[in-house]
Amino acid sequence: MSYVLETRGLCKSFGGIVATDNVSFKLPAGARHALIGPNGAGKTTFVNQLTGVLTPTAGQILFEGVDITGWTVRGRATAGIARTFQINQLFADLSPLESVVLAISERENAGAHWFKPLGARDDIVNEACALLDALGIGDVRAARVGALPYGKQRLLEIALALAAKPKLLLLDEPAAGVPESEREQILDVVARLPESVALVLIEHDMHLVFRFAKTISVLVNGALFCEGTADEIARDPRVRQVYLGEEDVGHG
Amino acid sequence: MSMAPHSKLDGEAGARLLAKAQWRWYEVLFWLAAISLYFVFGDFIPGIPTKLMLLSEIVSLGLLALSIDLVLGYAGIVTLGQGAFFGLGAYVAGVMAKAGMGVFPLSDPLLGLLAAAAVCGIAGFLTSFLVLRGSDLTRLMVTLGVALILAELANQMRWLTGGADGLQGVTSSPILGQWDFDLWGRTAYLYSLAVLFVCFWLSRRIVHSTFGLSLKAIKGNALRARAIGVPVNARLIAIYALAAAIAGVAGALLAQTTQSASPDMIAFHRSADALLILVFGGAGYLYGGLIGAVLFRVMQDVIGAFTLQYWQFWLGLVLVLLVLFVRGGVIGLLEGWWNRMTRTGDAP
Repeated sequence: MSYVLETRGLCKSFGGIVATDNVSFKLPAGARHALIGPNGAGKTTFVNQLTGVLTPTAGQILFEGVDITGWTVRGRATAGIARTFQINQLFADLSPLESVVLAISERENAGAHWFKPLGARDDIVNEACALLDALGIGDVRAARVGALPYGKQRLLEIALALAAKPKLLLLDEPAAGVPESEREQILDVVARLPESVALVLIEHDMHLVFRFAKTISVLVNGALFCEGTADEIARDPRVRQVYLGEEDVGHG
Repeated sequence: MSMAPHSKLDGEAGARLLAKAQWRWYEVLFWLAAISLYFVFGDFIPGIPTKLMLLSEIVSLGLLALSIDLVLGYAGIVTLGQGAFFGLGAYVAGVMAKAGMGVFPLSDPLLGLLAAAAVCGIAGFLTSFLVLRGSDLTRLMVTLGVALILAELANQMRWLTGGADGLQGVTSSPILGQWDFDLWGRTAYLYSLAVLFVCFWLSRRIVHSTFGLSLKAIKGNALRARAIGVPVNARLIAIYALAAAIAGVAGALLAQTTQSASPDMIAFHRSADALLILVFGGAGYLYGGLIGAVLFRVMQDVIGAFTLQYWQFWLGLVLVLLVLFVRGGVIGLLEGWWNRMTRTGDAP
C-alpha cells in the first residue's frame, strides 16, 4: 500500500511542555481519516507541523515518500498539502472570486504576472466560478469576504484549500461554530470531496467523525493513544474512558 | 444534494474582474486637470503668476507618496524611510548631471532618471530583507534607521555630495536633445508630469494584476497567503525594490528641475511628510498620494499666508480629525459622499 503521508517519531515540545510525543503515523492515499482527542491533546500542533507552520523538535515527515521535514509552508502547499483553519483565515477585503482566482493562479504559476489585468485568464476565472458553484457559494462570489455569513466563510475556507488541487487535505474542525441551519451544506461538501484526495479530519464532533471517517487515530497528551477503523474505535472501552467519557459513541 | 444551480454568468465574472482595471471618467478628468494647470499657471495668461516650479515640486512629492502607497497601501509594509531612496535618487541624478557638465550623454535627464531608478532599485532590494520580518514597529524603526544612515553618509561624503552645502549647478542637457529647462519651469512641469504619468500607469497595471492581488492578500492575511502557495517574501521584496526605484525617480526629478541636490532632499522630514501626505490623501487608491501632495502644499501656502509659522498646527489638526473619523483620507471621504449620493439618487 502506498502512503501519501507518514510521520516517524515526531516530537514537539514548547519549553517543558511536550505537545507532540513520538507520533508515528501512516496515511494511505485516498484515506478518510479522523484525528480526534480531548482539548489540548495536540491535534492542531500536529497539523501545524504537517503544514510547516511549526518545526518539529525531532522526527521526520514524509509526503509521498519524500522527506519534507525542513520544507516551508509554501513548498508543502505547492507539493499538494492543503488545509483549512480552525479559525477562519481569509482575505477579508477581497471577494470570494478574487480569493479563489489567486489560489488557482498560484497553483498555475501565474501569481507573479504583473502586467495583465486580473481576470484576463478565462480558464482560471471559469475554474474559480465552477469551484465556488460546486461549494454552493457562487451566488456571493462578488461580495466582500469579511461581510459573508460565518457558514459561507467556512465553505470558502474549503474552496481555497481545494483550489490548490491537493493530494492531502487537512480539515481542522470544518463545521466548528457554524449555526445548525448552515451546517448540512458543509457536511454535504465534505461528503462529496473527490476520492483522489486523502482527507484528515480534525474534529470534536463525533457525529461528523463517524459519518465520514473510515479510520480514526486518537491523540491523548500529544501521543497516539490508539488507531483503528471507526467501528473499532467506537467499541474500544479505553477510548470511551479517556476521551469520550459519558458520550454516546455508537450512533453516528 | 444542496448544490447550487450552475451559474450562467461565468463570462460575466471575468468581465467584472477586468472592469476593475478599466480607466474611469474621473481619472481622465484628473489627468486633464493636471495638464490644464500648465496653461493656467504657465505665464500664458496675464495677471496669473507662474507657479510651475511649485507644481513640479508637488509632482515630485506626489510620486514619492505614490511609491509609499505601493508598499503601504497595497502590501501593508509600514515605512518611515522612503525619503532615503528619494534623496539617493536626487544625488545620483545630481552627480551625473554635474559630471556631464550639462552635455549629452551624462547630463541627459532621462538617463539620469534611469540611473536613479536602477541605483535605488538595487538599494531597495538590498534593504528589503530587513523589512521582511517583524512587526509594524520593527519595520518603522528599521526603515527609519536605514534613512538616517543614508542621510548621514550623504552629509559626510563631501567630495561626492557637496556635504551640507549640497550640489549646486546641476545642469541637465535638453530632454531628448530637444527641450531645454526654462526659467518659468514650463519644460520642468510637463517633463515631471509625463514621468509621473508613466510611473503611475505602471503602478496601476501592477495593482490590478494577479501580482497586485497577491500583495493585497499578503496584507490581508499572510498566513493564509502562504498556505495557498503565495511566495510571500519574494513578492514583498519585488514591490519594495520597485517602490524604491520609483522614489528614486521622484528624487531625481526634483534634483533635475531645481538644478540642485541637497541634504534637505534626503532628510528625515521627507519620509515623514510623504507618509503624512499619503495618509492624508488616502492609502490604497494610488491617487491618494497625488491629491494629498496637492492639498499639502496648497494648505502650506494658504494657511502659511496668514499664520506664517503655525501652519503645521492646522495641518496636524486636520490630519488628526481625518485619521480619527474617516477611513481612507480625503479620497475615503469623497468615496463616502459619492456612495451616499448615488444611493439616495436610486431611492424613489
